[in-house]
Amino acid sequence: MRQVRQFRIASRRDVLVGALEGAAVLGLLTSTAGAVLSADDDRRSIAFWNLYRNIIGEAEPVEGKVALTLDEIAENGNNVPFEIAVESPMTDGDYVKSLYLLSTANPQPGVARFHFTPLSGKAAVKGRMRLARTQDVIALAEESNGAFLIATRRIEVTIGGCGN
Amino acid sequence: MSAKPRIKMPERASAGEIIEIKALVQHVMETGNRKDADGRPIPRNIIHTFTVTFEGAPVLSADWGSGIAANPFIGFYFKVPGPGTLEFTWIDDAGERTIERAPVSVA
Repeated sequence: MRQVRQFRIASRRDVLVGALEGAAVLGLLTSTAGAVLSADDDRRSIAFWNLYRNIIGEAEPVEGKVALTLDEIAENGNNVPFEIAVESPMTDGDYVKSLYLLSTANPQPGVARFHFTPLSGKAAVKGRMRLARTQDVIALAEESNGAFLIATRRIEVTIGGCGN
Repeated sequence: MSAKPRIKMPERASAGEIIEIKALVQHVMETGNRKDADGRPIPRNIIHTFTVTFEGAPVLSADWGSGIAANPFIGFYFKVPGPGTLEFTWIDDAGERTIERAPVSVA
């Protein structure tokens, strides 16, 4: 008896998407990937780019509505204050769903993700982060309509946050 | 997370007002990237989840990575719907869960 086998040839897109997702997961889980630098930007890690693409997909983030406040110089990378505020009415129909804080040069690029609700009132948070070295820090906000907003701040780190 | 968390917020608010809340908890936030004196990796132990609810309804949640500093502090906002109780929960990699409650008084 002859067996009929059917193969589905993976499209180029399948392969690309699969590779990207795999890399993004690795980027989140491994500590070594962050040390590898991409070819087109000598300061942003591959782990960062993978995570960034994983979050925004094909979207084009817009600048201007996110305020990311950091000192220009952090003397101690172990404890760097940050403030993020997104301009949004925060009504049931128009609100910020998620807000991401990303490091472009730490071993782990995903620093924090915040989820807001109508009870939040404002899409704004503050906290303290670790920075391994001088780098760009990025805040990405995802709005309820699927659009993305972005803010980038460069910060000089005198003594890197140890162990990160 | 043995020490009691510290919560800072206005003692009274009016209904509909947006207030700022600050919460601080003691935690090493061990990144998992460090090694001990014998060169063995120190396992990661961070608070990975922080949530705030009001009378059971979600207010805010945060997923934290190892890039959040030790003794994590967070400041955020809350639109007061009326009197009730806020509940704050921190969960770390060891599975330890710290819960703190704060009453909201409406003037």
